[in-house]
Amino acid sequence: MKKVSISFTLNGDKVTAEVPPSWTLLKTLREYFELTGPKEGCGTGECGACTVIVDGKAVNSCIFPIPEVEGKSVTTIEGIASKDGTLHPLQKAFIENNGVQCGFCTSGMIMSAKALLDHNPDPTEDEIRTGIAGNLCRCTGYVQIVASIEKAGELIRQKK
Amino acid sequence: MVDYDYKKPKSLKEVFGLLKKYGPKATLIAGGTDVMINIRNRELSPEILISLRGLSDLCYIRKNNGYHIGALTTHRMLEQSDMVRAGLSALHDAASQVGSVQIRNVATVGGNICTAAPSADTAGPLLALDATVALEGPNGRRRVPIADFFTGPSETVRKGNEVLVEFDIPEEPGHFGSAYWKHSRRKAMDLPLLGIAVGLALSESQEISNARLGLTVAAPVPIRAYKAEEFLIGKRLGDDVLVEAGKIASSEASPRDSLRGKAWYRREMIEVFVPRMAKLAAERIRGE
Repeated sequence: MKKVSISFTLNGDKVTAEVPPSWTLLKTLREYFELTGPKEGCGTGECGACTVIVDGKAVNSCIFPIPEVEGKSVTTIEGIASKDGTLHPLQKAFIENNGVQCGFCTSGMIMSAKALLDHNPDPTEDEIRTGIAGNLCRCTGYVQIVASIEKAGELIRQKK
Repeated sequence: MVDYDYKKPKSLKEVFGLLKKYGPKATLIAGGTDVMINIRNRELSPEILISLRGLSDLCYIRKNNGYHIGALTTHRMLEQSDMVRAGLSALHDAASQVGSVQIRNVATVGGNICTAAPSADTAGPLLALDATVALEGPNGRRRVPIADFFTGPSETVRKGNEVLVEFDIPEEPGHFGSAYWKHSRRKAMDLPLLGIAVGLALSESQEISNARLGLTVAAPVPIRAYKAEEFLIGKRLGDDVLVEAGKIASSEASPRDSLRGKAWYRREMIEVFVPRMAKLAAERIRGE
């Protein structure tokens, strides 16, 4: 299988992947970089478990062709804590507010929430629900997830 | 997994060259939210994908003697544009209800129209806003009214060597408003089982000076309800008039029974939502 060389920034580091051009960003993250935080749920952009941030925007990595990340900046759940291990406010808030049940949707939920809070640290409940409308939680723990995101917004606003 | 090559040309000229070289073996891809899924489902097995995402100069929303929207403009850009919200409200209604934030961040309006699903959310509003589609090929550019663009489910007048580059929307004289209703079971991640878009121009005395109705999932292709439009023009805006227009629009539709809804239900909902969207368009004109 023909391979191409794709260079981009992954969680702050300059990286190059040598993968077939038909691979998706998700497949590359999981199988080339062994970052298994982003999950494959549906594989068709419906469930949001694969959500990562590309140049500041939340996208479904399962339908994102790998050649399209050339030169771009990709952030996954593995890249949001500080280098010293301090958790991101969203991670803290999800733990404290029981925003995690089975955990399969969690990394996608947090990445959608991060894309939202990065632009708007004080969202309304409606804006939060719109921000995570593309992330399915089949444990149906949405109330705690929304509360976690509200709490994370609070933590982020306090820090500023 | 289907294996394919991937090219990301930087100019339309390069795109035309690749299309000529690979012909039917190539598929154009923009945001990819349809193409990538079709490949995964084995409905498409291209040897090469030609990405249009390198054509960054086709990504814009401008107002200059009418509105001009580049084909690679994402749904998210339309959703976040105050100009679209104020001047092209129906298109704003539609773009902000497509899929999810993740989908809207990449899915393009050109892709939505070229995929030509009978349920395409932006098709109804573009019909109600009287948009013209600009297609560019190796021999130049041609313009097609959106009402003539769709020829069947997933079929359009676009030729294999052409790229949809722009939508042009005239600025309506006087007091114009528009609205779109996506009739679906869920708020997010759902396709409409019916789409109703209404564009309305009113005189000071509330007389309807122009009307356009775009219906989706109401026929094999997105359609205008011309008879209902003709009925409305020249009448004073009122409940009786709008109810009658809904009935006429419903008679112009040819919906089918599908898993998501029966034809009779779609017909009845056209009668319900044509008046409601006309009223919403009128409220928007009055700034309510």
